[in-house]
Amino acid sequence: MKRFTYTRAETVADAVAILADRPQAQFLAGGTNLVDLMKYDVERPDAIIDINSLPLKEIEELPDGGLRIGALASNSAVAYNAQIQARFPLLASAILAGASPQLRNAATTGGNLLQRTRCSYFYDPSTPCNKREPGSGCAAIGGLTRMHAILGASDKCIAVHPSDMCVALAALDATVEVVGPDSARDIAFGDFHRLPGDEPQRDNTLARDELVTGIRLEANRFAGHHTYLKLRDRLSYAFALVSVAAAMEIADGRIVDLRIALGGVAHRPWRDPLVEAEYAGAPAEDVTFQRVADRLLFEAKGLGGNDFKILLARKAIVRALRQAASGRPQSQTLKAIQ
Amino acid sequence: MDTALEDRFPTCPLSLTINGKPYTLDVHPWTTLLDLLRSDLELTGTKKGCDHGQCGACTVLIEGQRMNACLKLAVTLEGAAITTVEGLGTPEEMHPVQKAFVEHDAFQCGYCTPGQICSTIGLLNEGHASTREDIRELMSGNLCRCGAYTNIADAIEEVLADRASYREAAE
Repeated sequence: MKRFTYTRAETVADAVAILADRPQAQFLAGGTNLVDLMKYDVERPDAIIDINSLPLKEIEELPDGGLRIGALASNSAVAYNAQIQARFPLLASAILAGASPQLRNAATTGGNLLQRTRCSYFYDPSTPCNKREPGSGCAAIGGLTRMHAILGASDKCIAVHPSDMCVALAALDATVEVVGPDSARDIAFGDFHRLPGDEPQRDNTLARDELVTGIRLEANRFAGHHTYLKLRDRLSYAFALVSVAAAMEIADGRIVDLRIALGGVAHRPWRDPLVEAEYAGAPAEDVTFQRVADRLLFEAKGLGGNDFKILLARKAIVRALRQAASGRPQSQTLKAIQ
Repeated sequence: MDTALEDRFPTCPLSLTINGKPYTLDVHPWTTLLDLLRSDLELTGTKKGCDHGQCGACTVLIEGQRMNACLKLAVTLEGAAITTVEGLGTPEEMHPVQKAFVEHDAFQCGYCTPGQICSTIGLLNEGHASTREDIRELMSGNLCRCGAYTNIADAIEEVLADRASYREAAE
């Protein structure tokens, strides 16, 4: 691990000010991704700013019926929070589908948003990678592509975003709260993560000098019709090949409002609000679900090793929409898929 | 690493409690809790498996919560109370979880066992497991290359059942 200095920030303003003075510094929260990447020499900060003392652990109700989750609330704290379980069960379910209890106890909400791809070429400094070393090339293209993108990839990068939590937050239209040296701003969740394009080194639209301080969720009517369906190479403690966060509001057998986001298929949680809007009013039945799947995957492209993901995603979307419509969300404990 | 380079990165003072005993230390910021325990303090009960948060062999309890010691920089744990397998029981007076692991032969080589046991205690503290399926899912962060999973689940199931009957008797 490259050597670095250590500073503990006591306030948000303090943290942001220290970062402004140290261009190679990084914030450290739970450490479950950053410390790992530092061990592999993929991340090489010269200074670590420990933000664990900042007052950002609370999960609080907002006057408009929404919730605000502090950036330092652990993944476990969010998943088992009574308000989250009752009003945003899709989020709780997605978090419990990811990682292990040990990692969820340490990992934070802000850190989950900022975790980096698990592309094995990104993790291996002996191979070229445009995300790790801009301009060096992409060893994944033409390499082993089983875990890679089928949507939104570029000729510079085919990596996927690894988070489960973020797939649910995308479906729920969350808002990311960030603070910079001069001001605070909100970023709509759909604008937070980006596609690789020509700059795969940029995972998201957070500015270099900003800190994520929290996530806001608006009240919704999806608690009765939602599911998080995750398909992976083993039944627990593995990253998604394909995952689907689905939520809907149904009246008289018809979809009133539809949300669907995919994980494991692109450089960011994949959502297409135009497709969702198109099927508002459609009957909540298999024919509709198959059409939604076709539309979402219309531009999907395999790279050889991941061709199977297109059919897997199509079937997962139909299955997830069926689960959501019938009010029988996927259990994250009993692994059989109904 | 030569001394001049090390001097550019001074150590940081750190006070924490391990198995009930207070420690006042000076650590380099890159020292993980796992390396602090094993190399500096010679508490080698906690094991290093993958060193990347993928196997759970290094699981310890930080403020009662199970976490991977390999991914925690020690310097971030100022004031924390840590429990390792050394703090749970003795050969004469084993912790109920240790006893259940022995009775159910819940290990073969034993390398993952300290992590399995600390993880089980974390699982009990969390209180989200009541069925065997819950146990299997909520212990998935601890790998066992000998494949003793069936017996590990048996041991934990027994501890859970004992706890339930203990609680019923108390009510």
